Amino acid sequence: MKKRKLVLSFPEKIVTRPITYKLVKEFDLEFSILRAEITPDVEGKMLIELKGTDDQIGKAIEYLENTGVTIQEAAKDITIDKNSCVDCGEYTSVCITQALSLDNKTGKLIFNKDKCILCELCLDCCPVRAIRVNM
Amino acid sequence: MTTATFGPMCSSGAFINFGHSDPPIRMGKVWLNDVPAYTGIAAVDVYIGATEPSETEGLGYGGAHVIEDLIAGKPVKLKATSPGTDCYPRKEIETYVTKDTINQAYLFNPRNAYQNYAVAVNSSNRTIYTYMGKLLPKFTNATFSSAGQLSPLLNDPYYRTIGIGTRIFLGGAEGYVSWAGTQHNPLKERLPNGTPTGLAGTLAVTGDLKDMSTRYIRAATFQKYGVSMFVGIGIPIPVIDEEMVEFLKVRDEDIQVEIFDYSVQRRNKPSYGKVNYKQLRSGKIKINNKSVQTGPISSYARALEIADLLKERVSSGKFYLTDKVQPLPLDGEYRSLEILSQEEL
Repeated sequence: MKKRKLVLSFPEKIVTRPITYKLVKEFDLEFSILRAEITPDVEGKMLIELKGTDDQIGKAIEYLENTGVTIQEAAKDITIDKNSCVDCGEYTSVCITQALSLDNKTGKLIFNKDKCILCELCLDCCPVRAIRVNM
Repeated sequence: MTTATFGPMCSSGAFINFGHSDPPIRMGKVWLNDVPAYTGIAAVDVYIGATEPSETEGLGYGGAHVIEDLIAGKPVKLKATSPGTDCYPRKEIETYVTKDTINQAYLFNPRNAYQNYAVAVNSSNRTIYTYMGKLLPKFTNATFSSAGQLSPLLNDPYYRTIGIGTRIFLGGAEGYVSWAGTQHNPLKERLPNGTPTGLAGTLAVTGDLKDMSTRYIRAATFQKYGVSMFVGIGIPIPVIDEEMVEFLKVRDEDIQVEIFDYSVQRRNKPSYGKVNYKQLRSGKIKINNKSVQTGPISSYARALEIADLLKERVSSGKFYLTDKVQPLPLDGEYRSLEILSQEEL
């Protein structure tokens, strides 16, 4: 079993169609929807974590792409500019999943991408604008 | 022993003397990258405050960014206007300056290195944006701002060695303690180990901007609040006697700090008790039996780096310790501002 976190973008013409339920029905995948929203340009965005075998996930992705869904790997969308980061730690207090934490000894920022659910609560916290999330 | 802190310190800014243009101008209004500077002093002297917002970019750019850009060696647009006088005929000037072209620039920060601070929480139903950062509703997070066991004035709680004239590390350069900081409040409640449990002593500090580094002076923007400036300060504390050893042994678990509800928009905010810095640094504290995630606004990592760097400078003979010229006050009333008529005074 593998876990993959993906950002799915549903264009306007398919945004009302039932699609995600097929991931269970046809591909026997476990998933959790971590976030979902409709953007101002009427595009549906969903952060989803898929759990299944490589084969199941691969086929599901193929299905999604054929229906017109655009897929991005979620974790790649988060960047922390290490040059401007000063290792303060306000973000650690708002990070629900504790993906952002401070090293006990050095006090430096640790970012555990696997734990991040792209909630963006940290985004407007960074006083030096070193954290950027593109969803 | 070297101590240090690196946190947002709003009460900071720089005096700049631009040198005189030809024909000369007595600057009446001045903007640096569209950030207004104070000019009510001599002709080409200004004070640029760290928190002053840009007139064109709002809260995203301010005095602290101008200071950071100057330290970085970047060109900064200087604009000034004046009514003109017989001795200063020029009425307008627009030019670019860098730290190398301006005559002088030094930081003069009226209040830095707070001896201790506070823990901020929010009991209300909405997210609030403060100088202690973003506070989520219903005690979801708590923020604090102190280097704790590494902080200069917590290692010398009664100001036995740190005083007016003490040479310090300021923003990468050598600087000096120039006065007691504004709101210096030595009579704050203290623990038996001498450390105050909240806002107590402060320092006014000075140092040459031209020698500073953007690693140790950084502009900060607090969302929906405004601009501030991360200031890196390091202070060596000579181990003068056994009593000093005891003070210097202070650890995070020995230093307490009070929790305040920042959603109450009053001078005196309700307290939710005290915690120590070891608890705060563990990432979680308990408030009303609820587990609350904590996060520091100041950087312990950068403070540690400054303490190490200063230690290296002292031991290699690049930085000489000084005795203070005058101690900081150990008493004095901390006054608040009341709204009074002349008769009531």
